[in-house]
Amino acid sequence: MSFWLLLTVNSITFGGLLFLLSAGFSLIFGLMRIPNLTHGSMFMVGAYLGTSFLSGALGFTLNFWAAAILGALEVAVLGALMERLLLRRLAGQQLAQVLVTLGVSFMVADLCLMGWGGDPISVATPEGLGGFVRAGSAVFPLYRMAVIGIAVVFAIALWLMLERTRLGAMIRAGVDDPQMARVVGIRVSQLFTIVFGLGAGLAGFAGMIGGPILSVYPGLDQDMLPLALVVVILGGTGSLLGSFVGSIIVGFIYNFGQALLPELAYFVLFLPMVLVLVLRPQGLFGGQVL
Amino acid sequence: MSRRISRRSLLGGAATGALIRFPAPAIAQSAPIRLGLLTVKTGPLAQGGIQMEQGALTYLKENNAMMAGRKVELVSADTGGNPAGAKTKVQELVERDKVDVILGPLAAFELYAISDYVRQRKMPTLSLAAADNLTQRTPNPFLLRASSTSSQAMQPLGHYGATELKLKRVVAIADDLAFGYEEIGGFQAAFAKDGGCLVKKLWSPLTTPDYTPYVAQIGDCDGVCQGLAGSNPLRFMKAYADAGLKYPVATGEVGGDDALLKSFGNEALGLISCCPYSLDFQSDGNARFIGEMVKNFNAVPGFYAAGIYVNCQVVDAGLKAVGGNLSDKEAFMAALGKVSLDDTPRGPIKFDHLGNVIGTFCIRRCGTEGAKYGLKLWNKIVKTYENVSQFWTWPENEFLSHPVYSRDYPPLTKC
Repeated sequence: MSFWLLLTVNSITFGGLLFLLSAGFSLIFGLMRIPNLTHGSMFMVGAYLGTSFLSGALGFTLNFWAAAILGALEVAVLGALMERLLLRRLAGQQLAQVLVTLGVSFMVADLCLMGWGGDPISVATPEGLGGFVRAGSAVFPLYRMAVIGIAVVFAIALWLMLERTRLGAMIRAGVDDPQMARVVGIRVSQLFTIVFGLGAGLAGFAGMIGGPILSVYPGLDQDMLPLALVVVILGGTGSLLGSFVGSIIVGFIYNFGQALLPELAYFVLFLPMVLVLVLRPQGLFGGQVL
Repeated sequence: MSRRISRRSLLGGAATGALIRFPAPAIAQSAPIRLGLLTVKTGPLAQGGIQMEQGALTYLKENNAMMAGRKVELVSADTGGNPAGAKTKVQELVERDKVDVILGPLAAFELYAISDYVRQRKMPTLSLAAADNLTQRTPNPFLLRASSTSSQAMQPLGHYGATELKLKRVVAIADDLAFGYEEIGGFQAAFAKDGGCLVKKLWSPLTTPDYTPYVAQIGDCDGVCQGLAGSNPLRFMKAYADAGLKYPVATGEVGGDDALLKSFGNEALGLISCCPYSLDFQSDGNARFIGEMVKNFNAVPGFYAAGIYVNCQVVDAGLKAVGGNLSDKEAFMAALGKVSLDDTPRGPIKFDHLGNVIGTFCIRRCGTEGAKYGLKLWNKIVKTYENVSQFWTWPENEFLSHPVYSRDYPPLTKC
């Protein structure tokens, strides 16, 4: 009994972390029509930067949340810079843009290895969230439950931004029909930079939030990117609801798949993605065909 | 793709050829010895690979880059931590860089990939990588291993678990590849020999961000044995502690590697490991080695650095035995096989007739007592097994008569 309960709760918490990772990926994919292959790298860099801030790289130590936010802001700036300086030069050439993001991800991985070394870095659970919640014989770490809360807060914040602000309206217009959006006077290329930065920043924040669960190590980027891809394809690109639902679904598939069919762990994860691409390419909630 | 050579380019080539001074046959005593290091400097296995290079450089620095009166040059190659990369790089080292001896590679699957090639090219290779069968049922005469087979450290651990920790029912988890199978196989065989029983074997993919689905399956036991590598042990122990499980956890040489001590947190307290190398090992050779590593690289050595350092010591001793003459590869391999050293960082070593080390393996417990070099945690030696061979306490013939440890061997029995 506690096996099922533990896995169910872990599926939801892992789903929460995946949401933070893939919301940005989905927006970028939906708006700019490119899968941003540096997304895993942004996740990893945000985590590495966060650990540096935690251990006093600025001359004083920050607490966990401040380190996460500062790291996210730095990654957002890096993302925006990458979009302006590299991707904008290749406007319209989607294949070239994808390849550039792939190349940058390799470079970032090597730079991180140079900067932080090859050893895995453990991230301490933030104070106050170090305990356990007990339900019968099952035990759940409080921090993992908190991740669900953080994911929900961000989901609501992002939804409010998309539905209620002018920026959100412009993003939605850009996702639905970029040509028409330009005709109506929306500066779509400026929007690209903002959304890319926002997406990167979210990924960086997710990296630090995931730190106490996953730790930070070389290869983290490659471990997380395929998961983000599966979430976004399942849920639909450009759709926040799709990201949220997709993340929970992937969280369940990941946990139960690994537990019940470990030999087929990756098959089980990617099979739904393949099925969706064949049967319903726009994903569960996406308005766009890929 | 064939191209016809034009007369012009043929004449030009001939003229250039006449200008090249063909090097005079190198006089053995004055030409430098080239050591090729197959290591991993990018990707998830980089942590061990970087240490391997540091171990080699430490030895060379300590000995002024000289072995047996000849100068030594080190050529490092990054295989990327995969079999294809290993194959490419070994060819480069042998054919382009013309190395005399190869140190490494890091991973078992890389060693399996290059074994035929080094045998064919008669290239003496001092492996760090495990891969049991290459010194067992399909031995490679050009391979020498001074570190450990995959199961060599796990067999004493199985014995210790049954006889001293008094465990009876253990759940095992390891990476789903050859190294993991061989580790758990070794543990299971020795544990069963002393009356224990493995309840379940879990195989996780090498890439597993979150171990909770596996930790959820651990139960109905009194201990856990893990054979994870790279940074996986870190995440496993975290997920294990997060799930509130309290059974003792035992692991092998990479799961409890001293180089991971700085990355572990409280979740590692009480972790039992069996390793050929320990920072805690008291010997002059070890004290010197640790001092040099800290001085040169500000890094505390672990299993990988020590393994390559010891390999260098063996090469040095072998070279002295053949008087620095590497023209006869078979004679050099024979000399290497006869090397017996007393003062290495891991204690006395010698080799069996299949080219694998016989040496000291120590059981350690992770705690805070005795921590040095700025570390908060320390693996304290609680038991020392000397003269441990790859066959543990089984006669060689009996050991070799059963198949190599694999996913299904030894098979699970009813507990």
